[in-house]
Amino acid sequence: MSNRYEMRFAGSGGQGVILASVIMAEAAVIAGLKTVQSQAYGPEARGGVSKAETVVSKEQIWYSKVTLPNFLLALTQASLNTYTKTLAEGAVVMMDDSLDCPAYLDPGRVIAIPILRTAKEKVGKAFTANIVAVGAINAALQLFTDEELMEAVKRHIPAGTEEINRKALDAGKELITPEQAAAFVHHLG
Amino acid sequence: MSKAVLMQGNEAAVEGAIAAGMRVFAGYPITPSTEIAEQSSLRLPQVGGHFIQMEDEISSIAAVLGASAAGVKAMTATSGPGFSLMQENLGYGAMAEIPCVIVDVQRAGPSTGLPTSPAQADYMQARWGTHGDHPVIALSPSSVLETYTLIIRAFNLSEKYRTPVIFLMDEIVGHMREGVELPNPNNLIINQRKPSFHDGANKQCYYVPDGQYVPAMKPFGRGERYNITGLAHDESGFPTNNTQVAGKLVSRLLAKVEDNVDDIVRVEEYAMDDAETAIVCFGGTTRAVMSAVLEARAAGKKVGMFRPITVWPFPEKQLKARLPQLRNILMAEHNHGQMLLEVQRIVNDGTPVSFLGKVDGTVITPAEILAKLQEMEV
Repeated sequence: MSNRYEMRFAGSGGQGVILASVIMAEAAVIAGLKTVQSQAYGPEARGGVSKAETVVSKEQIWYSKVTLPNFLLALTQASLNTYTKTLAEGAVVMMDDSLDCPAYLDPGRVIAIPILRTAKEKVGKAFTANIVAVGAINAALQLFTDEELMEAVKRHIPAGTEEINRKALDAGKELITPEQAAAFVHHLG
Repeated sequence: MSKAVLMQGNEAAVEGAIAAGMRVFAGYPITPSTEIAEQSSLRLPQVGGHFIQMEDEISSIAAVLGASAAGVKAMTATSGPGFSLMQENLGYGAMAEIPCVIVDVQRAGPSTGLPTSPAQADYMQARWGTHGDHPVIALSPSSVLETYTLIIRAFNLSEKYRTPVIFLMDEIVGHMREGVELPNPNNLIINQRKPSFHDGANKQCYYVPDGQYVPAMKPFGRGERYNITGLAHDESGFPTNNTQVAGKLVSRLLAKVEDNVDDIVRVEEYAMDDAETAIVCFGGTTRAVMSAVLEARAAGKKVGMFRPITVWPFPEKQLKARLPQLRNILMAEHNHGQMLLEVQRIVNDGTPVSFLGKVDGTVITPAEILAKLQEMEV
């Protein structure tokens, strides 16, 4: 299963982590890659732990779930604490910088950035945090081109919201430094 | 740019159903099948069809049977708790010979259980949930693309044999998204309704010519008057207490499926040609099994996958054909051992059968399957 790139997106219900996961999967489809996306959540519509998964590969994907993620996005302390315990070796963890980073994580593999604050203050809408995150994730991992990512976003947002989502995507991209981009770029096997 | 689109299993069920000619959906939304109702409510008005949200699952299947009897291909979708409520009318559909498709996206039970977690524990309910001896056809997809093509087949079989077909999905496949390029539906055989009226002769509505199994279907409420009932009935459709007539009717209903298993049954096999161990699975479990089989093969182990696509009737002949070469069988399913009972019945103590199941709402992993194979000394 070495050709699989497993991504997990975790947060609180309503933060949009499932949509973030779906957009990454859509970008993979647009880029001509194989992908499987799934999610796990409780019966409540808001609150509770929400977890979504995207597997990307150049080859046919059989098992649809993530077992040891190569990448984790965590937007709440609870999800960060829970899901950093099962990571692949060398996994990249992206977390909101308002959270406390567990001491057992390798700081060299952690990207702590102000996702929630950027959405609220710079983009102006707290609910764009998931799109800010998507922009930052792709700026770091560089799995897709900017065009592929924007097309994926467009397929999953209401008409008329393109501008604010583009703004969120760009704001997310700007959270990643060139050094981080060089360190975390991932080439699919 | 790729022509593929990202699609969820539940969405693919709706697209396939519409391609097959579904023009009425009546249902009561329930996790993890809700997207089927949602998507149907969006798509059906676009193709001149009708979506009805009913007050519960009993009325949902009643509306589907009514629509179908009146001449429109119809479907409902639910999960375990709703599937339980539909059982009485499912039997009515079998007895009155009303084609329809019932989607059950299985979740962890019993009762309301774990609404958002997967299971495959309605396998036996699909066969024996309604009372009385009755024919059952149930199909189970393992990918988003197969959900699309197989639900078309579900409609085709339902039309051909005039009987409800159960489309047995699970949360794994229903809520999974994959990139798919949908085939042109025109390339898939889609049955048309049988002729409304018998040619020439003034035959009764449930008249079946000798050597045939299925009466022609007249749309109810248009043209000729006739009767539909769940009671034992004669060729006129009216109730009878004549035991000979009743016996002949039920025997014919059962024979529709029993005598046509070769037409109805489909199996997928992978790496079975030289396999000494077969992992039997269906639906979403297949994904973990395929990963495990590929790893076992890479390690030089002669392991193959045997997947009933038609889960009822169980592919008995196909499994029997593999028994001489098999040293052992592993049944993997998300329940406490339901398809296992069918496998054991067919194997009849001839080949050791091991079991890997789950009842906690989590998904079986390839690692768990490989560990089980090790335990079996494969």
